[in-house]
Amino acid sequence: MIAETGLAALWLAAAMALLQLVGGLTLLRGEGKLTPLIKPAALVQGALCVVSFSSLMYLFYVTDLSVLLVASNSHIDKPLIFKLAGTWGNHEGSMLLWVSVLSLSGAAIALLEKRIDARTLNATLAVQAFVALGFFAFLLFSSNPFERLIPAPVEGAGLNPLLQDIGLAFHPPTLYIGYVGLSVAFSFAVAAMLTGQVGPAFARAMRPWVLGAWIFLTVGITAGSYWAYYELGWGGWWFWDPVENASLMPWLAATALLHSVSVLATRNALRAWTIMLALVAFAMSMAGTFLVRSGILTSVHAFAVDPERGSFILALMLMYTSLAFLVFATRIGTVKQGEPFQIVSREGGIVANNIFLSVILAIVLIGTLYPLAAEAMGDKISVGPPYFNKATAPIALLLMAALLLGPMLRWRRDELKRHKYWLVGFFAISLWTGVAIWRFVPGVGVFPILGLALSLALAVAAWVPLKGRKLLRTPLPVFGMVIAHFGLAVSVFGMAAESGFSRETLTALAPGESAKVADWQVKLDDVRPVVGDNWVAIEGQLIARNNSKKFTLRPQSRQFYRPEQQTSEAALLTRWNGQLYAVIAQPDENGDGRWQVRLWWKPFVTFIWFGGLLVAFGGAIALLGRMFRRAKKPAVNKWAQA
Amino acid sequence: MGAGMSRPWLLWLPLAVIAFIGGLAIYGLVVPKDDMVHSAMVGRKLPEFALPPAAVGVEGLSDRDLADGKPRLLNIFASWCIPCKAEAPYLEALKKSGAEIDAIAIRDKPEDVAAFLAEFGNPFRRIGSDSEMAVQLKLGSSGVPETYVIAGDGTIVYQHIGDIRAEHVPMLLKKLQETQ
Amino acid sequence: MRRSFPFACGLLLAAVPQLSMAQGSGPTPELANRQLPDPAQEKAATQVMHALRCIQCQGQSIADSDAPMAATMRAEVRQQIAEGKKPGAIRQWMIERYGEWVSFEPDMKGSGLLLWATPLLLLLLGLLIARGLFRRKS
Repeated sequence: MIAETGLAALWLAAAMALLQLVGGLTLLRGEGKLTPLIKPAALVQGALCVVSFSSLMYLFYVTDLSVLLVASNSHIDKPLIFKLAGTWGNHEGSMLLWVSVLSLSGAAIALLEKRIDARTLNATLAVQAFVALGFFAFLLFSSNPFERLIPAPVEGAGLNPLLQDIGLAFHPPTLYIGYVGLSVAFSFAVAAMLTGQVGPAFARAMRPWVLGAWIFLTVGITAGSYWAYYELGWGGWWFWDPVENASLMPWLAATALLHSVSVLATRNALRAWTIMLALVAFAMSMAGTFLVRSGILTSVHAFAVDPERGSFILALMLMYTSLAFLVFATRIGTVKQGEPFQIVSREGGIVANNIFLSVILAIVLIGTLYPLAAEAMGDKISVGPPYFNKATAPIALLLMAALLLGPMLRWRRDELKRHKYWLVGFFAISLWTGVAIWRFVPGVGVFPILGLALSLALAVAAWVPLKGRKLLRTPLPVFGMVIAHFGLAVSVFGMAAESGFSRETLTALAPGESAKVADWQVKLDDVRPVVGDNWVAIEGQLIARNNSKKFTLRPQSRQFYRPEQQTSEAALLTRWNGQLYAVIAQPDENGDGRWQVRLWWKPFVTFIWFGGLLVAFGGAIALLGRMFRRAKKPAVNKWAQA
Repeated sequence: MGAGMSRPWLLWLPLAVIAFIGGLAIYGLVVPKDDMVHSAMVGRKLPEFALPPAAVGVEGLSDRDLADGKPRLLNIFASWCIPCKAEAPYLEALKKSGAEIDAIAIRDKPEDVAAFLAEFGNPFRRIGSDSEMAVQLKLGSSGVPETYVIAGDGTIVYQHIGDIRAEHVPMLLKKLQETQ
Repeated sequence: MRRSFPFACGLLLAAVPQLSMAQGSGPTPELANRQLPDPAQEKAATQVMHALRCIQCQGQSIADSDAPMAATMRAEVRQQIAEGKKPGAIRQWMIERYGEWVSFEPDMKGSGLLLWATPLLLLLLGLLIARGLFRRKS
């Protein structure tokens, strides 16, 4: 009965969404009869989705094998946490999660949003319902999560331990929640265009959703990068793989949007641009999902490929985005010009931020799709890391340089000479760092040098906005901004240090022999077989010494059976100033009792992810500040910035 | 922003971009992806190589053996490769129709090659052993099995990727004839 | 998703059904997994390897791939670097065998030219759009 309840709730929720949409359409022709129903319908839709998703979760909890989805994705012997994670660890469940979060967001807007006028609010809910309807249709007509399986199997199929990874369980929903947040921003933007209310109130209503989405996306990308780093065993942390790019593009758009929306909220400028970014951010999240699902591009992370469902997502994406941009092209002319400002101003800095981020986004998008376009023209080419690094790094460095000054500029107009001491100071730090590295460490590339130089300057510059403030009276969003910018400096420092100063040693060792990497002396102490649930492995015991300290690392080379595959389990030794990364491989045919060992010393590599988390933490502080302030008084703060 | 009013065409740019990306995506979904990496050596002379025999009792293979004036097929195979077993009867058929076939065995051991030949037949004149895949790399070959049509002067005329099936036999014979 | 790679590129096996991807057994060329004694040469070789695409595991560079063909290609790159060949020439050598596809970095000619010009064109477009914002002095 639970499955049927879930399905019924889903149908009713879809009906509620349809009601909202119809209500919204009548709104377009003035106040319709159905308009008062929009808000209650949104609330009921949210509640019904909770019922539906909880039903599915319960089915996974009790492992009801008469439900097809449970039978094919779970197993009676799975640990509880993976049984529950199984709810969204598959296509149907993840779509249900998506639409449920979407509906809950709609309910939250209906319940809490008091800043924008009733017409725009109702229109927002109607657009949300329109977006949701696509996913409801997808679920109900082609991906019913509650389909029964008769007769029910005895134990269930999904006991592949390879897929029981805590990261795999929580990574996709993190990104999905981020995508849903962007879809809310999309609904706000379309609604504001339709009602013509593109102004500070609209921006303040949209901002928490953008901020929340952006926090989830930041965490998702940071975590994804770390998993790639330690699971793939190649020592890299970003491969510019299509699937990775698919998650980066919405983040880039959301970051740009986050900055421009705060200009709109505070200064009532950048109106059309903010709307445009909100549409682009949502389009990118859909495009990313499509790229991952469709498998039209070759990826190392191709694990959920399903072209048929990919086409459905493509159809939805094309429908939403082309309708939205059609509204944009026809309606944005009616949006009034925003407040003026000069180049040297906070707005000017944020415009620079937006241009650089958008250009990086476009490079990633074009580079990712380029091979496909070339193939259509009969040309087979590849676009990979060397291109993306060279094309995006200079622009990312320009972005960093703009960030040194941007946050300390005044709104509307400012004079560079007011900040000349800071400018000279940042320049001095960068120059000194750059020259010192170039002079004393031979063979470091130009991008790592510039990255280190600018990140050190930014590590100082990030805190300047706090200067001259009473810290206890400083709004939380300002702290959030400072922390996020400092986190960026930390992350870029890690990236530059890793790419400029990593040391690698490839060697073959017999037990008792040693190798050197950077300042580490690493001895292969012993190699022994280890047996796991469905794998056997050889495990190397490595003794790493640095000065007088001694550490043990145990990398494995695993041979899985059912399905048969071989994986390397890297061993990582984390120090404050970097990581020692060790991989061991099965010996060669012609091996003479030696084991293939690959060692890396990666200075400050952990800063990459630590910085990423700081960025997200800064975002969370800002979000808290916004919600806290809203609870107190809905006042305008001139300096507040997300 | 002022751009909207002074340059109205910019407002339609996003729609054009969406249409382009949509078209590209549909192309990607509809046209089957060609994952095969084709050799760029087709139309050029064979690289220099000299491989030892792949099993006891067969002769090794060098590029000069293939450039003795007579067009030939060059089969890249391995005893551990399943499609290679499937194509064995068609190689035999090609031989019966008059084709001369040389072969290169990839990452193989002499005893395994011998067992493979004993079980699936030996249509080959010579079999070189490329245990490190070095010659495969020089040929621009991307896997096993592959079959090349080599002209009498040692020029690579055609590359067939994957196992030879019944329908490929006349095609390969035709290619051989055309090179004469 | 990340763990599941049979010897090298796991799920991609399905992508090329006609070709057998089992690896057989044979000696791995010496230079596939040994560094060149000269650090400058090894660095140059590593850069070349990161810019070449593995034939068997198509999502990876030959530096990252465990596939036997990638090992052979790495050995070839190190060998040629040791012989004093320039990185560009080695890249060209690979392209002569496998076509432009094998390079992760398209040439700055033909369709690749547009790709390399993209960042500049985009920056120009960005400035063009932004120009309208700054016109009026207040």
